[in-house]
Amino acid sequence: MNDVGGLDAARIRFARGDRLIVDGVDITVPAGSVGALLGPNGAGKSTLLHLIAGVERPDAGALALGGDDLAALRRRDRARRISLAEQEVAEAPGLRVSEVVALGRTPHIGPWSGLGERDRAVVARSIDELDLGPLADRDYSTLSGGERQRVNLARALAQEPELLLLDEPTNHLDVRAQLSSLDLLRRLAARGHTVLAALHDLGLAAAHADHVVVLQDGRVVASGAPHDVLEPGLIRAVWGVDAEVLEHPVTGRPLIAYSGVAGDRSDQRMPRARPVAAGHPEA
Amino acid sequence: MSIGGRVAPGDTTSAGRGAPPEATRLETPARPGLRTGLWAGGLTLLLAASVIVAVTVGPAGLSPADVWASVLAHLGIGEPTLTPLRDGIVWELRMPRVLTAAAVGAGLALCGAVMQALTRNPLADPYLLGLSSGASVGAVIVIVLGVGLLLPVAAFVGALVALAATLGLASAAAGRLTPTRTVLAGLAVTSVFGAITSLVIFWSATGDSYREILNWLLGSLAGTDWTSVAIAGGAVVLIGVPLVASARTLDAFAFGDTAAAALGVHVGRSRVLLLTGTALLTGALVSVSGAIGFVGLILPHAVRLLVGSRHRALLPLSVLAGAIFLVWADTGARTLFDPRELPVGILTALIGGPVFAVLLLRGRRLS
Repeated sequence: MNDVGGLDAARIRFARGDRLIVDGVDITVPAGSVGALLGPNGAGKSTLLHLIAGVERPDAGALALGGDDLAALRRRDRARRISLAEQEVAEAPGLRVSEVVALGRTPHIGPWSGLGERDRAVVARSIDELDLGPLADRDYSTLSGGERQRVNLARALAQEPELLLLDEPTNHLDVRAQLSSLDLLRRLAARGHTVLAALHDLGLAAAHADHVVVLQDGRVVASGAPHDVLEPGLIRAVWGVDAEVLEHPVTGRPLIAYSGVAGDRSDQRMPRARPVAAGHPEA
Repeated sequence: MSIGGRVAPGDTTSAGRGAPPEATRLETPARPGLRTGLWAGGLTLLLAASVIVAVTVGPAGLSPADVWASVLAHLGIGEPTLTPLRDGIVWELRMPRVLTAAAVGAGLALCGAVMQALTRNPLADPYLLGLSSGASVGAVIVIVLGVGLLLPVAAFVGALVALAATLGLASAAAGRLTPTRTVLAGLAVTSVFGAITSLVIFWSATGDSYREILNWLLGSLAGTDWTSVAIAGGAVVLIGVPLVASARTLDAFAFGDTAAAALGVHVGRSRVLLLTGTALLTGALVSVSGAIGFVGLILPHAVRLLVGSRHRALLPLSVLAGAIFLVWADTGARTLFDPRELPVGILTALIGGPVFAVLLLRGRRLS
């Protein structure tokens, strides 16, 4: 357990039926930092986020936030400290954007009380933070995928979480919106929030995360600072693609240049770029 | 990146903000409470007026003033001014019937709204998902066995069994509950329970079986008395209050189970408790009125058009709108073909069928 706050997950295991989805995962994200959860499809990223958010219970392992055992928290108290912005979100006909964002206040208010002044201020600020002001009165179901993604993030923010979990927050977003979302995550971390985001885009993770955790088949195969973890051998072993990792000329952070699908995933030597090999197994 | 100090929950977003202060300039969301309040006030007045006017409708030439005088006299506030016969028509015949209609309409509309949220199915309704026919079976069996005291309990058990059968069948067929599959499963359950109701009545063969079968299957408020008012009204208050209090939980279900759980809702427990509540309420209502259809479908959708989908507005306004709707539907049922009475469910189906069709056409993603 660290004592600077933040998320501490130890030996988390979770099986659905007889399929082991999360297999002894350890993750630490210090308070005030952005962690990125990486891994190919089916690696267990979403499930792990659900376990941390309390949507499902791990079969084994310990989860702590700021030193407090999450399993001991009541569901509502947990929801006051952890919010989850989901990847796929269903339609919700008839709800306006401001009402969707206000759902984030659910764990903070009782059944009979309406939104208080402070709740309204938090909702307004969350809407503002994601530039949703012009959409505030629109029906959620009329929004584009990218707009919905921003509304979901605003809702998660309105929950005022210590720990913000995001599942593919940049899905459906154009480049500018992707970068501004990640800037927002950086700002939130600077204010003391702990952020853990599952990301598909290694480049975004390399450019914005403080730490990355790479999952494969439910296990952590690497974790640490992006420039330590994201090296060609690992990228090839986990994702089956050939890539060069350069230094960004301006930011100095790792810059990932893909050169093609790797021919043989078991070969961990870093090959030079070569033509795309056909018949690559599940990426 | 600075490791910010640990921030207490509930105060995180405001702590150490780097953003410019104009961020808070944005207007807070419009006060939806005001609009809801106006609708609630308007519908309450309309309901009170509807009850009084509906009592005057029919033979005997009563005026609203007569009804008012009779009500005051029975509450011990005024002097009786009507002849005992006319007072009896107001107080013993029509008033209990109109109030029962109001309570049944209120409860069915509330059940529909709650079920639509919990099953994320715009077509959910106590009648369409089979609860009402299950409740009818329970009620009819108890009546035949002659243990009338157990009537609401048996109806509740019937409703619960039917609900479990519908949801079980739908999820076994599809793996998950899709709206149309759920309605199909409800149709199957309704058919079977409707047949059982008819068989039990035929088998017992007391009096006018056909009429009695019709009243249970289509719903009727004929012959309701103050006991009916007590059962239906009591159920609406006792079960309706906790259901309305669950508005926030129901809102949280709007984006599915995962989102609800992440907002701190006990998903499984809430769903079971609230659905059991709707079965309990449906059972009590059906035990006095039979299976009146579509009220739970029509009114919540109409109310959504007025005030949107937030349940804090939707539930109370559905209660009021359902009460008004069934008061007038029943008034039509007992007067349109006077002296013959129409089972009120025929009228509600006449309106509900087209509403159902519109919902089907509108919801392309229902399958």
